[in-house]
Amino acid sequence: MLPKKSLKQKWLNNLNVLWVGWFLAKKQIIGSNISTTILIIFIMMLTFLNLVVVSGVLVGLIEGGNIANKNQYTGDLIVSTLAGKSSIARTNEIQNTLKQMSGVAVVNTRYFESGRIEANYKTRRDFSELQDTVGTQITGISVVDEEALSGISGFVIEGNFLNPNESGGIVIGANLLKRFSTDFGDAFATLEGVYPGDEVKVTIGEKTKTFIVKGIVDTKVNEVSLRAFITKEDFWRLVDRPELNGNEITVKLSPTTFFTGNDIKNNLVKAGFAPDGKIQTALEAIPDFLNQIRIAFSLLGNVIGAIGIVVASITIFIVIFINAVTRRKYIGIMKGIGISEKSIEISYMFQSVFYASIGGIIGVFVVYVILVPLFAAYPLNFPFSDGILVAPVKGTVFRFFLLLFVTLIAGYIPARKIVKQNTLDSILGR
Amino acid sequence: MTKNIISVKNLFKTYSTKDIETPVLRDINLEVPEGQFLGIMGKSGAGKSTLMYQIGLLDHPSGGEIILNGMNTENMSTEVRTQMRLNELGYVFQDYALIPELTATENIMIPLLMKGFSMNESKKISTDMLGRVGLAHRTDNKPSQLSGGEQQRVSIARAMAHNPKILFADEPTANLDSASGHSIIQLFKDLHATGQTIVMVTHEEEYVKFCDRIVYLEDGKIVRDNKPHQ
Repeated sequence: MLPKKSLKQKWLNNLNVLWVGWFLAKKQIIGSNISTTILIIFIMMLTFLNLVVVSGVLVGLIEGGNIANKNQYTGDLIVSTLAGKSSIARTNEIQNTLKQMSGVAVVNTRYFESGRIEANYKTRRDFSELQDTVGTQITGISVVDEEALSGISGFVIEGNFLNPNESGGIVIGANLLKRFSTDFGDAFATLEGVYPGDEVKVTIGEKTKTFIVKGIVDTKVNEVSLRAFITKEDFWRLVDRPELNGNEITVKLSPTTFFTGNDIKNNLVKAGFAPDGKIQTALEAIPDFLNQIRIAFSLLGNVIGAIGIVVASITIFIVIFINAVTRRKYIGIMKGIGISEKSIEISYMFQSVFYASIGGIIGVFVVYVILVPLFAAYPLNFPFSDGILVAPVKGTVFRFFLLLFVTLIAGYIPARKIVKQNTLDSILGR
Repeated sequence: MTKNIISVKNLFKTYSTKDIETPVLRDINLEVPEGQFLGIMGKSGAGKSTLMYQIGLLDHPSGGEIILNGMNTENMSTEVRTQMRLNELGYVFQDYALIPELTATENIMIPLLMKGFSMNESKKISTDMLGRVGLAHRTDNKPSQLSGGEQQRVSIARAMAHNPKILFADEPTANLDSASGHSIIQLFKDLHATGQTIVMVTHEEEYVKFCDRIVYLEDGKIVRDNKPHQ
């Protein structure tokens, strides 16, 4: 018998097996048909994109909505009115506490009451017809604070936003106007033909005041597009509310802070404000149905991605199988002259990994250098969100290695099948 | 006394299909001393190549015993047989059996790399071997760029690069013209002169004179064994 090998010799032998496998793989890749190689790499790239982009776009439709919700409505934290209450108790104390917290950049308070806007009353000749009215939340804001939190003036599609020191102006959400609400059908009442400069009557309770429409604001966030905004000073002229408590306090954190919305929430709870208002981070404030859709879309994306992975593994299997079958004679010769079966198998595994890794690397480039910026610049126009491409690095890295692993197996199986055949039969082509 | 490097006892080989059993080798007994140039001859279908494949560990016999360099090969694992082929045996095939995408040098390098030689060492040995078979100018040529005779020389260089104990050659001149065939046989003669044990299957009578000993096969049996000085 041949002398037994020491552990060190076994290690060296294994390294040698790998080295020879790598050498053979390298030579085969270099010697292979360039257009075939490009085609296989292209398929691998498409598979990777299928894995990352399909689920990324589906999740991105929801994520785009979530981001919009945070940027345009809730900020990093929102304190809202508890169910059964008309406003947030101790609004001023909460505001002052928040302003003293480290990392807080903006504290914005909104005041609202249900009200009614009537338009076109000057041109209404037939009093038997219904009035052109719409019910909505009349929202009083500090123009400066609201702008700092949500940049709301950037979403004005007609006219202008309110000025801090003026009175008598109103900005109406686009979804309250018929010409911008065709997507909703006749689901709720809308105003007809209201343009900047028109007069409207705003009624809250028993009080009515005339406002000039300054602008129309339109975002994918219904809490913005279904409201009408006036200055808080005008709001208090219409509403009698003791202690001037607010209905929503929204907080924006400094971009450089290490604190999160959750930290601020915990601080507020510790300070004893939990009974005064509903304290939620941006994520918690997302409606539950959106989270359910997000989970469903993510699952759907993964299913489509899994189908892609199966197709890719079959592709690699076929490519390696055909390669190994056509090279069966040479595999037999290599075995005949003493090249280990493992080295030959590893050479095919290296080839599979080569195709998958090059395809994957190109895919990563396409995702992060082309698609993500492209989707950010030109988001998908979805009724409730501007769909972006969500491709978190951790998930992308996982999918990259998943593709490598699957192709590794898909390359190994056919190679093993051919390498295992009788050496002489392979050499003689029997 | 010279020791036997090959010892074959009661060797049988039968190819079986579902319905038919075809005996190819029947009760072969053969002992080959170290350094001998053995020729195996016989008509087509006599079993000469099959005998060489069994002795060369490229196939498994149906029965009997093969002892190579003192090691009984009967119960050897696939891995050990592969190692034995790598370390102790060299092969020259009728159709050269070179790997098409590798250059002449790289074809010779593979078994050396497998044995654990470094890239540089393997390259140096391969280049030297190509020089010894007269192909120093063809190091970077791929098999498709070489003539049949040149390919067979590369094949011999590959078989000899790792100093095998036994060199097996299966009809090494069958695909070559007369001049190339003679030069290949001359190479074998030169190797034999250095003490190399060679087992060559051939059906060409003109090369018989170079062998120390000729074994004639007929219907899977040794019918004549012309030992040296007999």
